[in-house]
Amino acid sequence: MIRLENVGLRYGAGTKAGPEILRDISFYVAPGGFRWLQGPSGAGKSSLMRLLQLALRPGRGRLMVMGTDIGAAERRALPELRQRIGMVFQDFRLLGHLSAFDNVALPLRIARRPEGQIRADVGEMLRWVGLTDKADRRPAQLSGGEQQRVAIARAVVGRPSLLLADEPTGNLDDGQAVRLMRLLGELNRLGTTVVVATHNDALVARHPGPSLRLEAGMLVGDG
Amino acid sequence: MLPLLVAAMSFLAALAMAGALAAASLAAHWQDGAASTVTVQVPNPEQPTPRRADAPDETRLDAVLRVLRTSQDVSTARPLSARELGELLRPWLGAAAETASLPLPAVIEVHLAPTADEAALGKALAEVAAGTTAESHGVWVGRLSVLALSLQACSWLALLVVAVVAACVVMVATRAGLASRRDAIEIVHGLGATDGMIAGRFAKRITRLTALGGFLGAASAVPVLFVLTDLAAPFMTRPPQHGPSEAAWLAQPIWMLLPLLPVVAGAIGFLTAQATVRRWLQALP
Repeated sequence: MIRLENVGLRYGAGTKAGPEILRDISFYVAPGGFRWLQGPSGAGKSSLMRLLQLALRPGRGRLMVMGTDIGAAERRALPELRQRIGMVFQDFRLLGHLSAFDNVALPLRIARRPEGQIRADVGEMLRWVGLTDKADRRPAQLSGGEQQRVAIARAVVGRPSLLLADEPTGNLDDGQAVRLMRLLGELNRLGTTVVVATHNDALVARHPGPSLRLEAGMLVGDG
Repeated sequence: MLPLLVAAMSFLAALAMAGALAAASLAAHWQDGAASTVTVQVPNPEQPTPRRADAPDETRLDAVLRVLRTSQDVSTARPLSARELGELLRPWLGAAAETASLPLPAVIEVHLAPTADEAALGKALAEVAAGTTAESHGVWVGRLSVLALSLQACSWLALLVVAVVAACVVMVATRAGLASRRDAIEIVHGLGATDGMIAGRFAKRITRLTALGGFLGAASAVPVLFVLTDLAAPFMTRPPQHGPSEAAWLAQPIWMLLPLLPVVAGAIGFLTAQATVRRWLQALP
């Protein structure tokens, strides 16, 4: 599902290129696998997650996602791959002018699914995250926890092959965090590959699983 | 703001288009109508010519008309009436133009055949009535035609400049829209939206706004064009009819082209927005 071989990443290009944020990263996550991605703030977790989300391309090395070499792939080939990736952000990244329903429906509309199917799938997802009665509310009218649930519903509504979550519990209380981890575990059991980035060691201790550890842009632990 | 700016551009485009078409009409009028016209002046028109056996009472005017009407170089020859001469002199002599007893020459409006030999005709006229002159309009018509063509070229150039400025306005507006929606664009891009989808959403909105601007500009140009065409009517090939037949004016090219302005404005908006957004998106992976 995911394979990195000596991947390096730096922001900027040419004379404006900055220092390498990620250096010589190599690991493999099998289809249906689960990985924690741990490390202190500034270790490069978000940059690595952006690489896996295909929001960046590696500066060097080889990044394979769902069988595609991302560094060599044509730009027009990437949208279809992105449609198979779900992403949960710490800051939710919902569209403020859309209702909860329309935010969740966004990936399906981008994938040009029929409107009838969209209504059914989004309704089911909103029931799953307990927001059926708030489907018409805009993000600003929802609490932080509710926004996070909308973001999760949006990430999984298209039944992605790969689910990435970057500090997904950062804005949640303990009860909501536990519930979210149960949701992610359930998706993983259903066959979705899951990578969760966090600097919260206590969270990892409560939900043990294989872990990647980043420090200063380098992978210092895998297992 | 965008519809108002495009409306202003469309208004200017309508005026430029009207200018180009009017200049073209004037040039055609002068070239087709006046280029082959000659004004013949016969001094002392009522004086008799040297006696001829077959026409003992022939005046100098009669002799000149006879030559003109029998010449193969001439299509038509029409002497101006006293009233028409008075109209010509009115700007200089005022109301006394028709009543003043001045020794005026007779003036004949002559339309030449396409292959006419002007020099030979002038010589023949001078032989039957000494002092008769034939003044060709060709030189002036040529100059006026060049002037009209220059005006026409300037108008089309102005139209092109207006289109380019409109495209620049759309580009700036689109970039401003992209900058203010950068986060949203990155989100939908991350969800797998293609460049075509994102550009299409922008282009749809921009097309609607620019077409609205085009409509407003074209609509606001209508009364101005009515006034201008009325003022230009005396110089046109087919003067406008007032009253019930005024609708015939709507057949003029400008009235047929005017409804296209919103379409063209919308097309400029669509193409510029598409190009601007797609180029901007190239910065994303």
